[in-house]
Amino acid sequence: MNPSVEALRSEFGDALVSAEVSCGDTYIYIDPARNAEILSWLKDTPGQVYNYLVDITAVEYRDAELPIEVVYELFSLDRQVPFRVKARLPKGESLEIASIVSLWSAADWLEREVYDMFGIIFTDHPDLRRILMWETYAEGHPLRKSFPLRGRFSRSEQVRQALNANPEAHYSLEELSIASENYGLPEKMRDRLRRGERGNIPDPEVVE
Amino acid sequence: MAKRTLEVDLATTGVDAQGNPITLPLGVDADAAAQASDGPALAGEHMLINIGPQHPATHGVLRLVVELDGEVVVRVIPHVGYLHSGFEKLGEYRYYNQLIPLTDRMDYLAPMSNNVCLAMAAEKLMGVEITERCKVLRVIACETNRIISHLVWLGTTSIDMGAFTPFLWCFQQRERIYDLQEMWTGARLTTSLTRIGGLMADIPDGFEDGLREFCKTFPKTIQEVDSILSNNGIWCGRTQGVGIFTAEQALDYSLSGPLLRASGVAYDVRKDRPYLDYETYDFDIPLGERGDVYDRYMVRLEELRQSTRILEQALDRLPDGPINVDDPRITLPPKSAAMSDMEAMIFHFKQVMEGIPAPVGEAYFSLEGPKGELGYYFVSDGTAKPVRWRVRPPSFINLAALPAMCEGRLLSDMIAINASIDIVMGEVDR
Amino acid sequence: MELAGREDDKTGQTGTVSTLSPNWLTTKLDFLVNWSRANSLWPMPFGTACCAIEFMATAASRFDLARFGMERMSFSPRQADVLICAGRLPFKLAPVIRRIYDQMPQPKWVISMGACASTGGIFDNYAMVQGIDTVVPVDVYVPGCPPRPEALIYGILMLHKKIKGETLIDAELREEKVLDNRGLRLPVERIDELSEPFGNSIHQTRSE
Ligand code: SF4
Repeated sequence: MNPSVEALRSEFGDALVSAEVSCGDTYIYIDPARNAEILSWLKDTPGQVYNYLVDITAVEYRDAELPIEVVYELFSLDRQVPFRVKARLPKGESLEIASIVSLWSAADWLEREVYDMFGIIFTDHPDLRRILMWETYAEGHPLRKSFPLRGRFSRSEQVRQALNANPEAHYSLEELSIASENYGLPEKMRDRLRRGERGNIPDPEVVE
Repeated sequence: MAKRTLEVDLATTGVDAQGNPITLPLGVDADAAAQASDGPALAGEHMLINIGPQHPATHGVLRLVVELDGEVVVRVIPHVGYLHSGFEKLGEYRYYNQLIPLTDRMDYLAPMSNNVCLAMAAEKLMGVEITERCKVLRVIACETNRIISHLVWLGTTSIDMGAFTPFLWCFQQRERIYDLQEMWTGARLTTSLTRIGGLMADIPDGFEDGLREFCKTFPKTIQEVDSILSNNGIWCGRTQGVGIFTAEQALDYSLSGPLLRASGVAYDVRKDRPYLDYETYDFDIPLGERGDVYDRYMVRLEELRQSTRILEQALDRLPDGPINVDDPRITLPPKSAAMSDMEAMIFHFKQVMEGIPAPVGEAYFSLEGPKGELGYYFVSDGTAKPVRWRVRPPSFINLAALPAMCEGRLLSDMIAINASIDIVMGEVDR
Repeated sequence: MELAGREDDKTGQTGTVSTLSPNWLTTKLDFLVNWSRANSLWPMPFGTACCAIEFMATAASRFDLARFGMERMSFSPRQADVLICAGRLPFKLAPVIRRIYDQMPQPKWVISMGACASTGGIFDNYAMVQGIDTVVPVDVYVPGCPPRPEALIYGILMLHKKIKGETLIDAELREEKVLDNRGLRLPVERIDELSEPFGNSIHQTRSE
């Protein structure tokens, strides 16, 4: 087992829920409320220096009772040791966890992807929008187990929605440096930008 | 004068539903308008340009919304997902061996690297040890595919910079590897080479000679490209000092592959987390100093040479022996046995119908793909289909750094920078 | 068709083909128009995925599309004759190909290259249009995953054949086929029927 586990236990105590080994790699479960703190500690503490964020992803199990897990895959370039940190988010509550974009810029797109595919909200993320599906995608979050392989709508409805989408309307005002001048925009334009990007995304559990 | 923004969308027909032109001056207030009328017509205005998703310079269906001040890029907003094909979702509905054809189609510039990565990840999960011959053949697969992937990069990038000839040279060499690939697997592009515990087929007669011949003559092409581009005034002018990324920035963005090494960080999965006995091969990791587009080009050019070196060593050491593990639950019996031997037939049937169950657990395996660290992460609940199949897509993560590289540069530099990242949209969007 | 020979300036003698006066020919108008259309098809390469790589290989050194008058890639739809959809078409991209198709001037044709473009291929899931014929009309389907360059060339020759069979009198051939008021090209039932899964074993739509 990776010695970092002991170091973490003495540093954070209960925030480290458990540690396991699978296929030669150590992974730990942590308290989701303290993820940023722990990851920051792992990144900067001498002797740990997991300075390379390999990946962020999420896992949902087939057993609907089990919580969704957010997975951070770390690697120490100096010591050449991998480490996997996971946090369990129980279903039924709001799926929220703190963003770690301030630690690694790479987390930006990775967290957006997890949000897009699983609907997990990363609080304090600077720009949490869908990334792979379009912003007004109404069928839900595709990688959730409750999402059918072929989507929720009929094929013709999917084609209809796709063809009626506006291929230009996919940027938001917030992204641009002109956002501060929003007040001066013609109403029509503001409306278009609003519609294009921040459509109402129905909760996947509600759509069914 | 207040900053104003003009929206010009090149992909539009120019009019909206009401018949009004799409071009709308934003935030025009009375003062600014009065000032603008006697100042230079467009001074201080920003312009939005939409590039893609169907544009030859974006290397696939990438869409970039660019905010320009004159010709200087103020912001770039990449929009991806135009090729989202639901690979990871499909993976939850397929047996491990059935995932291999999917991996071809993900990074279709280097299909074999993906095949190998998937097989190795599944083997790690199942605890399967592969044979010596298989290891060497997989090294050959990975390195030939690094070569063809870099060749596409070199060819298309040189087109972006206005040089057409290297494209033709590169594709000529690619065809030679395609011929070898076709000999080995029967397909030019969608190879589906590996199986869990081994390979789909051993290399055929003539493959070794063909590859040796390739290794002998290929450096000449690299030399030619080198001599036509490396000291070329236009090439240097458009690549040197462009898109500089320091080592800290590169790590902050988790870049990997040639992009990271051009910034001077010596992280190569082959050296740092060795697999397939890469530690026993003799090869160098080229590093850049400045982290600009030119360095990325130089690193890739050198990697082509190093890959040829590895290929030669692999051919020299290629041992005899079986390519598949000797375990009837993992390896399909030979066709002849399956047709004549009852036991073999049952194993065949069970494998095809029920797949290979993996133990409960999870495994992350990564290898040095041509674009960077390509990783597959499996979570298994004990059935023959993964609960979760996650791909760590190197070009997706590398692409996220594009805005940071481009801001403040010229629009034409953005094309060079985008090319230097070496994206493949199949992998970015999955 | 007979092409007239050029009159020799000095002797006043004509060339080998015709003895009539210089620079004219006798043929059917249809034949002449179709002949010239077929032999200088400017492709609009709508390359999205793996098939685009084979398309590039077809255009490059060994297979050389220039032999068919097609080396001039028309990246602007406004100057293109044939839309070659090489690769898969996700729903997010569907409005884009439709717009490109709409922007192309008549006469125009469409080649659907590869299993994905033709039927959705192995991607029978929530993200993929099940055949581009639900979005734009298609003239030639080239099967394969990916089709070899030879196969694509065969498809192009089939298109030549088709073009040579057209006639100027048939106005319907050149009619713009616009989307109906729901924004669909085909009736709903037809799209659903075209998109139905086929040949999949039940194992492949079951997760576990
Ligand atoms: S048909 Fe095959 S090769 Fe072509 S885009 Fe689809 S998966 Fe790729």
